[in-house]
Amino acid sequence: MLKTKDLLGLENLTKKEIELILDTAINFKGVFTRSVKKVPALRGKTVVNLFYEPSTRTSKSFEVAAQRLSADVIDITTSMSSVVKGESLIDIGKTLEAMKADFVVIRHAMAGTPKILAENISAAVINAGDGFHEHPTQGLLDLYTIRENLDEIKGLKVVIVGDIGHSRVAKSNILALNKFGAKVTVVGPPTLIPDSIKEMGVDIEYNLKKALENADVVNILRIQLERQNKNLFPSLREYTALYKVTPEILKYAKKSVLIMHPGPMNRGIEISSEVVNLKNAVINEQVTNGIAIRMAILYLLAKANK
Amino acid sequence: MQKILIKNGHLVDPAQQIDGLYDILLEGDKVVQCSNNINDNNAKIIDAQGKYVFPGLIDIHVHLREPGGESKETIYTGTRAAVKGGFTTICCMPNTRPSLDNVPSVEYINLKSEKDAVCNVYPVGCVTKGLDGTELAEIGSLVQAGVIAISDDGCPVSNAFIMRRALEYCKIFDIPVISHCEDRDLAQFGVMNEGAVSTKLGLRGIPNAAEEVMVARDIILAEQTSGYVHIAHVSTKGSVALIRDAKKRGVKITAETAPHYFTLTDFAVEGYNTYAKMNPPLRTAEDVAGIKEGLKDGTLDCIASDHAPHTKEEKNKEFDFAPFGIIGLETELALAYQELVLKEKLSLSSVIEKLTKNPAEVMRLKTKGSLKIGFDADLIIFDGNEKFKANNFISKSSNSPFLGWELQGVINQTIVAGKVVYKS
Amino acid sequence: MILGMGKYKIKKIILDSAKLNKIIERMAGEIIERNEDIENIALVGLQTRGVFLAKRISHIINKIENIQVPVGILDISLYRDDFATNTEMLLKQTDFPFSVDDKKIIIIDDVLYTGRSVRAAIECIMDFGRPKLIRLAVLIDRGHRELPIRADFVGRKFVTIPDKERISVKLAEVDELDQVLLLDKEINCSSNLVF
Repeated sequence: MLKTKDLLGLENLTKKEIELILDTAINFKGVFTRSVKKVPALRGKTVVNLFYEPSTRTSKSFEVAAQRLSADVIDITTSMSSVVKGESLIDIGKTLEAMKADFVVIRHAMAGTPKILAENISAAVINAGDGFHEHPTQGLLDLYTIRENLDEIKGLKVVIVGDIGHSRVAKSNILALNKFGAKVTVVGPPTLIPDSIKEMGVDIEYNLKKALENADVVNILRIQLERQNKNLFPSLREYTALYKVTPEILKYAKKSVLIMHPGPMNRGIEISSEVVNLKNAVINEQVTNGIAIRMAILYLLAKANK
Repeated sequence: MQKILIKNGHLVDPAQQIDGLYDILLEGDKVVQCSNNINDNNAKIIDAQGKYVFPGLIDIHVHLREPGGESKETIYTGTRAAVKGGFTTICCMPNTRPSLDNVPSVEYINLKSEKDAVCNVYPVGCVTKGLDGTELAEIGSLVQAGVIAISDDGCPVSNAFIMRRALEYCKIFDIPVISHCEDRDLAQFGVMNEGAVSTKLGLRGIPNAAEEVMVARDIILAEQTSGYVHIAHVSTKGSVALIRDAKKRGVKITAETAPHYFTLTDFAVEGYNTYAKMNPPLRTAEDVAGIKEGLKDGTLDCIASDHAPHTKEEKNKEFDFAPFGIIGLETELALAYQELVLKEKLSLSSVIEKLTKNPAEVMRLKTKGSLKIGFDADLIIFDGNEKFKANNFISKSSNSPFLGWELQGVINQTIVAGKVVYKS
Repeated sequence: MILGMGKYKIKKIILDSAKLNKIIERMAGEIIERNEDIENIALVGLQTRGVFLAKRISHIINKIENIQVPVGILDISLYRDDFATNTEMLLKQTDFPFSVDDKKIIIIDDVLYTGRSVRAAIECIMDFGRPKLIRLAVLIDRGHRELPIRADFVGRKFVTIPDKERISVKLAEVDELDQVLLLDKEINCSSNLVF
């Protein structure tokens, strides 16, 4: 039973609650193969996608999830909204509440904003990524994908490659994987890996080959191209030379290593095209599973909030 | 002239090394007698039996927000908050709008204080024009108008050359240059302490180094110029160590810390609590221990609130958007008493010293910080047993991480210039 | 056991194991009898007990006709019209190991009451494709329909008092024994037979 009004992060969910979400998602994934890929469960409910940062993948994934549950979807993106006019987040929340939104899916460049919104409106707030904090549905869909492919998560060695410090995807993955007893190693240049990430229960490695030794899963993060201008690494060329995941370097991992990427990919930068095409790359499965996970979240929160 | 006789109180006056039962006789706005068993039939008698009597406290780091930020605080409300907190003298920081980089603005503070203030208000002037760190303000004129120190508080003086010139120039007036130590390149728009908590919350961190690098710079500059630098709001263990060494070498340096730096850690930010957002940020337990050590061994001379009021609307925002700063005047003495005297077992006298004698010395206030005969008749009566709940602030703002805390130590009466200005 | 709001106690055993199984066999027989193209039939059991009934019926048909009638599993949760009041969170499996298109579908459930579950089931089946026809088989019909729905195959008709009585079907697969009980709402329940 999910007890929270909102989904703000994975930090405060128990393993049991996460299992419920994953199990529910299995049933929703089944809906995709029907001739009508839609169920009437959330008919009459309204989902607002409130995106302060551009994101096609996540917002569309939520949109598809909501539609497959027969909910109505309203899209609000920053460029056109009153954010520009300086309307406060809380006032926007109140406006959405007046419109009788049942769910607000929020993406924001600043950590903690979903929490502020959740405290100020009665609609269920779903964090679709807040700053460098969390991206819980991504963490859940990654966990789902690993479980679906490798059954047991406990004891797996999961390597996350890239910009760990600025990655909400990494944070949510670490929190979820630790609850299930996986061993997480993060790898990347020290400028992108804060030492204090250790306290979240991960091993830090700066050498990709060493990190990949015996890995069951490698999750490759998107490198934000603008980081090179902030002296976090000297150039993309150098980043690629040191941290690009290629078929050759994957030889250091287990043969069956599961290859994941939250997208969108910079092919040839953090991941080579050959890797994308390997049979144990599950990048497209992640997208499909993302919809099932988001359906499960919408469904369970609707249940919890009625 | 009106006489007031405070009888039977336990006087703690570090400047006179008094810590015992003393009576104090005030006449007009001066102390006329301070000894055992004073009797005077013409004086109004205040019985302080079972209570402490301290010289009026001095807070050298207060933002009164006037002019320009009257929705947050005014001289009227800020000084009332001060006397409720036991402060009879406060120094107000120059980052107002307009800033205190010009004589008319300083005169405005003086005139407005004369009219609205219930305690002594001494303005601190700007180091540079418009606090922009490029051109020295007319410090001499500002001193003539009444400023007793200069600081670009809130904005560090990033340019070492400007800082050097300020330290040199202030030797003419024998006033401290108060330094807000923060290397903005290292701080990188951080909003809280850099560490495990910031990593978990996904907030940009300000490393200890951002403060310590500039503390080290200012020590070197003070040493080479033999100017006088006062380090504001010290928050890290490393800064304490640097200042300790500098003092040993005889550098003209003093330093202050604020109650939140010896009471709270960055865990207070969890849940994106904007009432725990200030600059410098709350640090780790290790730093808190370092700050306490610095207070114990005298490296840190003063306790000051860095009282920085902001409205609810400003604070109830995205953590990144909310302004830095918390109020402190009304909780300062209780926190110092509770955290340092009761918990850390610092002597009461040594703590009161950091709120009276030492700040008076830093600011060259020659008749304040003690109840010696001829000194100003500023004192407070304090009950160390009584507890109170930190809410219902007199300050216009209530942005305090201690909101709702139960604190020990209540100010019963505050006397400024021989007049009772506050009674609990 | 707490069923809905309030407690219930056993009023009567309507069917014991032997009778229950006889009825199931009879229903299987009727299904064979009325469907000459039995190889074009698929059963869809409603979660939870309808599924076991469907499997039993399929098994009996197999014994008699030597034909494997496929059994689909259906959880109607996502199609219910009482989403706002139903607190059950756990979704159960829905799985049709056959194509619905042009099949003759027989929905199997344990108790037919308001007809709302059947309405939901029909809608769900239609989302899987276009069956040739849909029929309904229930073990117990307790009356009080709220929708224009009737069963084509009925094990036993037993009209209950609404809001007071309930039918509880127990099947060995989940309940350790086969039995159909009539339950009665009991406010002061001191008996040992409190469910």
